[in-house]
Amino acid sequence: MPEAFEPKIVAIFCNWCTYLAADLAGTSRLKYPPNIRVVRVMCSGRVDPQFVMDAFANGADGVLLGGCHPGDCHYQEGNYKCLRRYELLRRLLDQMGIEPERFRLEWISASEGERLRATVDDMVAKVRALGPLRLPEEVKAS
Amino acid sequence: MSKPKVAFYWCACCGGCDEAVLDLAEGVLDVVEAVDIVFWPVALDFKESDVEAMEDGSIAVTFINGSVRDSHHREMAHLLRRKSQTVVAFGSCAHMGGVPGLANGFSLESMLQAVYGDTPPQPRSRVNGHELELPVLDAEVSALDRVIPVEYYIPGCPPMPGIIREALGQLLSGSPPPRGTVLAPDKALCEECPRRETKPERLQVSEFKRVPAVAADPEKCLLAQGLPCLGSATRAGCNAVCIEGNMPCTGCFGPTSRVRDFGAKALSAIASVADSNDAQEIGRILSEVADPLGTFYRYSLPASLMARSRK
Repeated sequence: MPEAFEPKIVAIFCNWCTYLAADLAGTSRLKYPPNIRVVRVMCSGRVDPQFVMDAFANGADGVLLGGCHPGDCHYQEGNYKCLRRYELLRRLLDQMGIEPERFRLEWISASEGERLRATVDDMVAKVRALGPLRLPEEVKAS
Repeated sequence: MSKPKVAFYWCACCGGCDEAVLDLAEGVLDVVEAVDIVFWPVALDFKESDVEAMEDGSIAVTFINGSVRDSHHREMAHLLRRKSQTVVAFGSCAHMGGVPGLANGFSLESMLQAVYGDTPPQPRSRVNGHELELPVLDAEVSALDRVIPVEYYIPGCPPMPGIIREALGQLLSGSPPPRGTVLAPDKALCEECPRRETKPERLQVSEFKRVPAVAADPEKCLLAQGLPCLGSATRAGCNAVCIEGNMPCTGCFGPTSRVRDFGAKALSAIASVADSNDAQEIGRILSEVADPLGTFYRYSLPASLMARSRK
């Protein structure tokens, strides 16, 4: 029998808000699925669209970006930069045949451990329902 | 001493790259003086069998333009690789997949259906008692280096005469550049743009415009005017000819050496100048970039990280 599909989700979180929320979720002993691989960046404004494509091309089934709420960015407006790129990138990914549920941007503050748990729960469930992306096989086969 | 042997070949192309060699004008005579051209389908009457008869590694440099689209392109790429010491991917299509690479935005089936309907060409057929054979289309378009190892790249759609002359000089000199080099300046087009001085300190755009819809100011930075000019993400070396023609850069020279995926970086550059902090308003401003895939991967989809659409 084939093993049940466990989605791999690359989560890129900012150092000041969403990463701390993940920390809080941990110290609060909140339970969420172990499908996310967290990468910490100093600011969501540091997220280069290449990171997202690299993740998909190397086997991620989903990519979750997390930053500070609007107005709360540690660097004043890095999260707005992230938002602008996200708006265009999600349209490009749609043209590339990546379902919208696989790419998500969420604002989660340092005190929102519960929100982080709920977001991860929800995303894992949606990506699991979509099934694997299998991009590396396709890119390699080319 | 015999002159070094040089070959030119074309795969899926428009002919513009071969034309670009002729654009050397009288400079082409210097080339003929310096080298022995042993194969050049567009200009000289050598056959595939002549190449097969050559000793392996006997061609000093082979310039291949066009993307790899079908079984015959593959066959010729492998043959020329075997016969050549150095292979140069010449022009955007060989370098990154080029305009034909936009086909990777669609499945082969849907394209054949759109073009031929229910009667796509058959690889084998009999006509008047003759057995005819056609090359078989690949499932997707490839840049040359996904098919054979490539030593150098000459960018451009088509490459500029200055770039070609410089590259030839470097290749035939005793000290060729490191393997894998793109033979053009390693800086962004903005750095050599004639309108550089008019680029505002803080570039912000509240409305993107499409080229046919506006008469652009011929002096001012095109991106500042709301035209999605990709000069900030594109390698320099073209003498900004499109800008001189009042057209925004579309990225044919590809990225600089610090960038892996041209489209991702170009998208980043354009999205970042949208002048709003509100998701809806940002969406509205960027909606004028109607076709992100075609805009940012016009020349480089097959060489991108994701290589093609899954659609």
